[in-house]
Amino acid sequence: MNDVTSNRWRWAILLLPLLAFLLLVGFLLRGLFSDPTELSSALVGKPVPQFSVPNLYNTDERYDESILRGQPLLLNVWATWCPTCRAEHEYLNELAAQGVPIVGLNYKDDSLAKAVDWLNTLGDPYIANLFDADGAVALEFGVYGAPETFLIDAEGNIQYRHVGDVNERVWRGELGQRYRALAGITEEATQ
Amino acid sequence: MKQIIRATFFVAAMLVAPSLWLASMPAVQAQNLQEYQFEDPAQEALFRELIGELRCPKCQNQSIADSNAELAVDLRDRTYMMVRDGATKQQVIDFMVARYGDFVHYQPPMNIATSILWWGPIAVLVIGAFVIVFRVKQQRQTEVSLSDEEQAQLATLRAEKKDTDA
Repeated sequence: MNDVTSNRWRWAILLLPLLAFLLLVGFLLRGLFSDPTELSSALVGKPVPQFSVPNLYNTDERYDESILRGQPLLLNVWATWCPTCRAEHEYLNELAAQGVPIVGLNYKDDSLAKAVDWLNTLGDPYIANLFDADGAVALEFGVYGAPETFLIDAEGNIQYRHVGDVNERVWRGELGQRYRALAGITEEATQ
Repeated sequence: MKQIIRATFFVAAMLVAPSLWLASMPAVQAQNLQEYQFEDPAQEALFRELIGELRCPKCQNQSIADSNAELAVDLRDRTYMMVRDGATKQQVIDFMVARYGDFVHYQPPMNIATSILWWGPIAVLVIGAFVIVFRVKQQRQTEVSLSDEEQAQLATLRAEKKDTDA
């Protein structure tokens, strides 16, 4: 009896390094496929910051944070110098056509004219266009690149941030799922 | 002896190399920072300390002092404005962490997510010490005692050895 239990102990101790090794392999393997540049936003769960920025089309007019309240919506940070923004633009047009409200935040663009020209030629998916020339509003949102897309609920609280382009795969994934949950759209309806 | 000298030299070189590298850093920073002028030297010192401690979220593994990415410039400008307007070190750090997360500060706070960074090395040392103590004790306990028969065998072997030596 005593021999059996001590034998078992020996096996357990012998297997311990193997177990530790497998754990380490799993951990490192995950690290290989995770993207260290994808940071979760520090603002998730917090209300949108206060701001006041000009309208991209008419700089005499100003928008403030109240434009982001009242309905679940996306806040898309973009610029004409950003190639990935161009890649996602067509998909944003599609989402807008489906009725998804998107507010555009033009982030430190080369010029106002370039930004307006972009929207005129590629289409304007945005319900409002904010012109953040010096990046001060983006800084309030913790933006560190473009494109970034924030999901904001009807009360104006930031629910999620997606870094990188929005496409069909992303919209099927967490960003889209969270939006549909907020907007009260069942997943089946979108299939 | 030669080996010991060589090993000592190697260790010394490894210790000195990083400090040489660090010593070369201020020169890199200086060319970035000429545009930031302060009237109060204490504020300038605080500014330099902060931009060395704040991490650029875009170009990871660089402080906002070292990086020339646009975002780093923006954050540097903001730090400059805040320090010049009399903000304390903690106020600037809190401002950045509220927007960019703990990631933006090179000295992470202690919480559940970062506890492994703080306690991991100590845990490894403690576990190692336990294993060594355990193994040494085990070895002492298993010192063999010989049976009478084996004692006799040993005695004859010793006697034989003495004979052959003589």
